[in-house]
Formats: sequence, C-alpha cells, structure tokens
Amino acid sequence: ISRQETFSNFLVASVMAEEELPGILILDIGGTHGVLENLVPLLKKHFRLITMKEFLENKKEMSKKIQSVFVFECRPTVDRELLESLPNLKVIGNSGVGVDHLDLKMISNFGVKVTNTPHAVADSTADIGMALMLASARRLVEGCQIAVSPDTKCFAVDWLGVEVTRATLGIVGMGSIGYKVAQRARAFDMRILYHNRNRRRKEEEEAVGAHYCEKMEDLLQQSDFVMLVVNLTPETHKLIGKKELGLMKPTATLINISRGAVIDQDALVEALQNKVIRAAALDVTYPEPLPRDHPLLKLNNIIITPHIGTATVQAIRMMAEEAIANMLAVLNGQPIPSEVFPK
Amino acid sequence: MGGGELPGLLVNEIGGIHGILHGHVALLKKHFYLITMKEFLENRKHMSKKVQAIYLWWHKPIINRELLQSLPNLKVIANSGVGMDHLDLKLVASFGVKMANAPYAVSSSTADTGMALLLASARRLVEGYHVATSPGMEYSEADLLGVEVTGATVGIIGMGSIGYKIALRAKAFEMNILYHNRTRRKEQEEQAVGATYCEKIDSLLQQADFVMVVVSLTPQTHKLIGKREMELMKPTATLINISRGAVVDQEALVTALQTGVIRAAALDVTYPEPLPRDHTLLKLKNVIITPHLGIKTDKATYMVTEEAVENILAALNGLPIPSEVLPS
Repeated sequence: ISRQETFSNFLVASVMAEEELPGILILDIGGTHGVLENLVPLLKKHFRLITMKEFLENKKEMSKKIQSVFVFECRPTVDRELLESLPNLKVIGNSGVGVDHLDLKMISNFGVKVTNTPHAVADSTADIGMALMLASARRLVEGCQIAVSPDTKCFAVDWLGVEVTRATLGIVGMGSIGYKVAQRARAFDMRILYHNRNRRRKEEEEAVGAHYCEKMEDLLQQSDFVMLVVNLTPETHKLIGKKELGLMKPTATLINISRGAVIDQDALVEALQNKVIRAAALDVTYPEPLPRDHPLLKLNNIIITPHIGTATVQAIRMMAEEAIANMLAVLNGQPIPSEVFPK
Repeated sequence: MGGGELPGLLVNEIGGIHGILHGHVALLKKHFYLITMKEFLENRKHMSKKVQAIYLWWHKPIINRELLQSLPNLKVIANSGVGMDHLDLKLVASFGVKMANAPYAVSSSTADTGMALLLASARRLVEGYHVATSPGMEYSEADLLGVEVTGATVGIIGMGSIGYKIALRAKAFEMNILYHNRTRRKEQEEQAVGATYCEKIDSLLQQADFVMVVVSLTPQTHKLIGKREMELMKPTATLINISRGAVVDQEALVTALQTGVIRAAALDVTYPEPLPRDHTLLKLKNVIITPHLGIKTDKATYMVTEEAVENILAALNGLPIPSEVLPS
C-alpha cells in the first residue's frame, strides 16, 4: 500500500459534518500565491476554509474558529501578531519539508505545533536534482538556445558537455531525499560519496554503493558533481563558501536543491566567473526570485530554475494530503506523523 | 618514420566545428598516417594508394561510388557512432570494403541524453529557466506544474543496448517499463529491469506516460511514429526521440502538439539537422529541441575514436572485426 493511499485512507475516515469542521486559515485560493484551486475540495472535506481576506474582514468572529493554518509555499507569513490573534490555534501544517521560514521557537511558545511533509516531497525533489545534474552536464539549456536561434546554421561537433555515467557524485546531506538521489545516480553507474551529520547503516550504504566521507573536504575534492540536499539551519547557512568552492575540481558542477542560503552566493558568482568550478545548477536561491540585476543571472555557466522541486500535479496533491493528515492528527489528539520541533 | 610504414587513414578534416577533435589526433597518429580530404584531393595520385581505412566523423566524408573507386587499397570504413543510415551499405560492400560502427562507446551517453530530455520535459526545466532568469518574473506555481517522473510508465521503442540502458536508469526512478522491439529480450534481461514486452506497439503507446524512441533508422522505421501512433498516445504523454529525426513524422508531430493530442515532445534529433529557422517546431512551447547532444561529451567522443581504431586495426590485420556492420 503506497504512502499516498495511507494518507488518503486516513483522510476518508476523518470526514465530519460541515458545522463541526475546524477552521483552517489559508492565504488565498488561486492567484499568484494562493493555494491551488484543485486542492480546495480536499481541504473543504475536513476543514472550514477561511482565507486571510475573510479573516481580516471579520476578525472577531473568525479568530476563534481557526484551529489550524495551512502554509502553502511559505504563505501566509506566521508572525507574532497573527499568533496572538488566533486563541484556538493548535497547529501549523506546512506544505513541504523545509520550515526555515517559520520561527519554530516563537510558535512553540504559543503552544502551537508545527508539522511538515517529508514523505510527499522526496521523489519529486530527487527527480529535480537528477534533472539539474543531467541538464547542466550535457549543456541542455544552452543546447536548446542553439537549436532555436535564428543564427544557427549547423551544429558544431566540438561543442561538448561532460559525462554523467561513471562520474563521481558527492551528496551533501543524506536524508530521504539525498538517499533517493543516490538510488537514481547508481543506475548511471556513478561513484557515490556522501557527507552527513550521521553515517547511514552499512546495508543502506551498500544498497546504493555509497561511500561515507566524514570530512566534507574529501567529498569536495573527489567529486565531479556536488549535490546539496541539506536542511537550512544555522549550521548549514553558507555551508558552501569560497573555501569549499576552491576545494572542488575545476571540472566539477555544483547542484543545489536545498535552500539558497546554504551557498554563499557572492562566492559562487566569483567561482563561476573565474572558472574555479565548471558550472552550477540551482533550483533555490536567496532570495527567490533573485533581483533582476543579480550577477548570477548574467553568467552562462549556470542554470537557475524557480524552485520547482515539487512542482508537479501529483506532488502538490500529496503534500496537501500529508499536511492535512498531520493537522487532523494534532486536532484529534492522535500520534503526529511529522511534527517539527524547535532545536 | 615516413608516411610509408603506417597504414593511411582518410578523415574529412581536423579541428574546427566539423572536424576530428584535436584531442584525438595523437591517438590516431599512433596507429595511422593521417590524410585529410584536402590533402587527398590536392595529391590524389600519391595519396590514393596509401588510404587503407576511412574514419567517418559525424557522417563525413561522404562515401560515394567516385570516392570508393579512387581508393584501390581501401579495406575498412569505421563510423563514429552507431547509426549507419547515412551509408549505402550495399555499395560499400560491393567494393569489398568492410564497415564498422561504435555501439559500445555510445550507449551510456545516449541513454543519459534520453533521460536528460525526459526529465527536462516532464519538469518543464527549460521554461522554468526562462521564468527564473528573465525580467518581469511574477509567476504562479500553477503556471509551471510539470508531471511526475517517479512511478510513471515509460514505453521504450527499440530495446537495443541504448534502449536497455535507458530501462536500467528508468528503473531507479521506480518507473513502470514497457518495451517494443523486433525481437523479444531474454527473460532474465526483462526481469533485471522489470520490463514488460509489448508485442504490438499500440499497446505500449496507449499505456505510456513517456514514449522513448530508440530505434535505428531503416526503411521499416521511417515515419514509425505518425498521426495514428500519436493519437494512440495519452493526451498527458510525452514523446522523446533520440534516434533519427526521420523516425517521427514531423508534420504530424506539429499538429499533435498544437492540438493537445500529446502533452509535449523532446527531440535530440530532427530532419534535417538543424531545422530551417522558420520551422513551426521551433515556435511551439511544448517541445524541447536539442542540437543532437547524443554522445557529445569529452569521454564518450574519445571512447568512440578508441572503438573505431580497434575496429580498423582488426580489419587491417585480417582479424574478426568487433563491431562489423553487414548490409541487411
């Protein structure tokens, strides 16, 4: 039985009558930053949906009804003012696994729980990591530009990318997503190194042929591709800076699918300009999006995508289902599948 | 040592955007006396007898009757790649000249290209890049939603070495693998990648989320994927072509993409290459075209030349040729 079915079954069992439904606050429905419209029926099955606009127009009545907040693409912003105005708030359900946009200590002080969706994101995010690595190595985006350019008269045969098969991939951060990347990379006969706070069990390492590098420096020096798959915490902030980039091979590629702030972006600009590393591929930046005059946008040895790690119809739905299941568990006093605690 | 002892190898040109890569010259010169087409044409009388082998680099030089007639000592033509559709195999054989391709060197790189295109198309990577890097970036996640690769069904048409390597890669993405081939693979090979044989191509087309075309171009596979085949595909499906442009009916593809008969296409090959600059395919949002990436990596291209050298030396020494290609 798949994870998706597990969460779906749980939700079917939890449907209640409309008047009894707990209130859930969301930013908006549709538009640029609102919850996707096709998620609304799913949310309405278990909650009374209250948008920020409805809440602000009728604070007195709505504030008591809201027991949960569904944070979709980091919105709505959960600040002290909001928390103070929701006396019956019990849980903030985040769509996605990263919660660096939430002040976990502050939220905890209000007696409110925070949950995330680690299971729903893993496959899609691992897939984007692989997509970026292959696209960068084989110069896919540049290639597309050549293929459609009005100036193209023929395809040069001395225009080459770098090989992925049998190359060395260094995975920094070997949680669920990092491990799934390793599983995929193995099928390309890649040599896999990894660095993690904790070493994985021997059977897990052997299953994907991954070698543990206790020192990240060793991984950086040996890898043809370095993939960042860590959480953003104070410890991983600017984890990859000038020193780390300098340790990488000049033929190496850096791929980031974690959070923009894991990389020192100024150091990255310099490294790419001076060919300290071959190229980079980023699904995440700081901020998102980058200002239009940012030097990273001017380089030709970089691919940037707009945080599409989980941007598939299926993943968005699975994240909503996982978030709902977590929120309902909190409201029903049941074991919470994915609670996130402040350090 | 003069040009006399090493066998003469004819190549089209060295360097530039079409020629043999400079990094490969040392390897070739170790075994052969290198003669470019220019040198040959300037000094035919002297050079023609020296040429015992030709190394075709990206289909050049063009092999025709005139050239074959002017090379009395030619024994073998080695191709830089696996596709041989640019050669008249019967004509070459009629001169007693052997032919070889380079299947081993190309298979992994080409499979990687296939996966790169599949992932880029599914996740709308190129569109995403444009959104992330162009001015005026206000966009909604809903505008860039792609389709899931993990757990989806891939239908591989043509399960030779390249097709099989694609299956190995797709398996790691937990994809459901269907395949169609002239001949069925051995049971252990199918089980190793979890592939299900579709004797009829229709069955594969109807079930696949991603249709990956990995066949040789032959008279039988010319326009293999046409209007009928595309209409059998799911409207949510993606067509990926890493074979030869002529395997797909391009006019039918344009219509299918414009009318939503299929979701998208990703083509590493077209007919011709490159397409005329005003071709409709270049304007469609739901197609990615790449400039025959195929095996264009430093390592793969070098391995191709190594494989060609091995084949040529075998032919010149009267030994079995590892990758001989016979006319059908």
